[in-house]
Amino acid sequence: MNMAGHSGHPENGSGGRDGGNVVPPVARQAIKRGQPRWGDAAFRVTTAAFACLVLALVAAMAAVLYDKGYLSVRTFGLGFLWSRDWDPVRGLFGALPAIYGTVVSSLIAIAIATPVALGIAIFLTEMAPAGLARPVGLAIEMLAAIPSIIYGMWGLFVFAPFLAKHVEPVLKKLGGGTPLFEGPPMGIGMLPASLILAVMILPFIASVMRDLFTLVPAMSKESAYGVGATTWEMVRSVVIPQTRTGIIGAIFLGLGRALGETMAVTFVIGNTHQISASILAPGCTIASTLANEFSEAVSDLHVSSLIEMGFVLFLITTVILASAKFLLWRIEARITGK
Amino acid sequence: MARSKWLYIRRRIYNALMYVAAFLSALFGLVWLFWILAVLLRKGVPAINWDFFTKLPAPPGTPGGGLANAILGTLMITALATAIGVPAGVMAGTYLAEFGRKSALAKAVRFVADLLVSAPSIVVGVFVYSIVVMPMHGFSGLAGAIALAIIMVPVVVRTTEEILLLVPDSLREAALALGAPYWRVVVQVCYRRALAGMTTGILLAVARVSGETAPLLFTALNSPFWSPSITKPVATLNVTLFNYAMSPYDDWRSLAWGAALLITMGVLVATILARMVVGRIRI
Repeated sequence: MNMAGHSGHPENGSGGRDGGNVVPPVARQAIKRGQPRWGDAAFRVTTAAFACLVLALVAAMAAVLYDKGYLSVRTFGLGFLWSRDWDPVRGLFGALPAIYGTVVSSLIAIAIATPVALGIAIFLTEMAPAGLARPVGLAIEMLAAIPSIIYGMWGLFVFAPFLAKHVEPVLKKLGGGTPLFEGPPMGIGMLPASLILAVMILPFIASVMRDLFTLVPAMSKESAYGVGATTWEMVRSVVIPQTRTGIIGAIFLGLGRALGETMAVTFVIGNTHQISASILAPGCTIASTLANEFSEAVSDLHVSSLIEMGFVLFLITTVILASAKFLLWRIEARITGK
Repeated sequence: MARSKWLYIRRRIYNALMYVAAFLSALFGLVWLFWILAVLLRKGVPAINWDFFTKLPAPPGTPGGGLANAILGTLMITALATAIGVPAGVMAGTYLAEFGRKSALAKAVRFVADLLVSAPSIVVGVFVYSIVVMPMHGFSGLAGAIALAIIMVPVVVRTTEEILLLVPDSLREAALALGAPYWRVVVQVCYRRALAGMTTGILLAVARVSGETAPLLFTALNSPFWSPSITKPVATLNVTLFNYAMSPYDDWRSLAWGAALLITMGVLVATILARMVVGRIRI
């Protein structure tokens, strides 16, 4: 967990300052007026080079993944994306089950995590007394600090048996034989993967929403209270409408995280290349397939197919995260009036 | 009159229900935290003993054995990753805060760094496999360290920038007015003033990567022995935990719970420490 994540709006540092351009001109003048300051020039160039390195890194990732996945691109073409084959022996690979599993598990996770995160953010900013909000907020952040693999291990040995015994039979009974709950209640499959993903992204979404809500000017909130609104009416008619774009941004951020989550999912999803209508059935995601098969893939085509899947995951998450960033920037610019 | 009173009561009830819903949401989050921590303590504590820290893994079926090589491997790879990732991140963060500020390059770097922070770590693993493991014809601890360093860089960049921006410009101007070259101002004034905050950022980055497993799976791989060199596969706690947890042997699973407890406690303590320092920083 990083500090940008804690504060939720990474523009905080620079955005909160006026006259952010004070230093560079001063520095430039110092260089111009006095004797030539090679030290300054060198320092500036070096730091700029490292800054460019960050850009180069992402460009290199995209390029290298595409290049190493090219064998698969050439062999299967675009059909790779909607083929259901996965047969390393015959050299047939298709990413559809993994793409399906990635998208579906993340969407279910988002559907569960969003309302809860909203509740947590409202609780922490508007409802809880300060003495309670601080420790609860810290505990929620701890949830984000627990490593993915720990969620996975706990999921496999504790949560999966719990689901199989207490939750999935109930779902089957309630579902009454719909294909959604078909199959034996094993505790391994899409449902546990989605639930664990939901818990894992919960703190990220909640933390961004909380920071958004604290940005809403106290004046607007007090105006609502002034005309006699209850806390919930104030939240519904002031806080949420003012931060709507940001809330969507927070959800996208959670989605981006869920799509790429690896270890936790690998433990509980069952790692089967199949598409099933039942959420009790095992499946796979792009990340879990990579974690499972990459170091054991023998043929060049197998490795290349896996890398192409990694490239697809990289593209999807980049687009989702970039949209999240864009939405969050817009809302912050609007609320802080810059 | 009666009608408006009823409306009032209904609004109050609705409000109370929302309080309950929000409270339950927070409780929902806490339940998982305490459930996971309780399981870790219950299953992990019995596995941790002197052997755990000093012995090599025992073959399956043989009781005893420890994860000494994996503990050392994790420390080694994390230290190496820190040595690569932190200087690079601090330099780039310095550019954003001291030179770039609102320039187009700085905006682009900020945007990309934020993307990288949330990018799937397994993709970083695949990338490092392609650029390090393939050309070197073998898995290596070095590759693992590079993968972790790539994950650290964006975190360090953003925290360094945020902390440096908290240093007031008047301080920089005062130092410049004394005739100090700008690089000395940054190094001796800004860094010094921001030291606690930057250390925190680094600590958070280290905490984050020490829990990472996905990027190590096919870079550092694993090894049941002491690792003679960083150009060879190196055992790490995380990957060992993954392999042992997936194994059918009870002894190995028990060791895996011990490793899980150790990793989680390490990450949580580092995170809490960092949070406490952040709470106290007043630049």
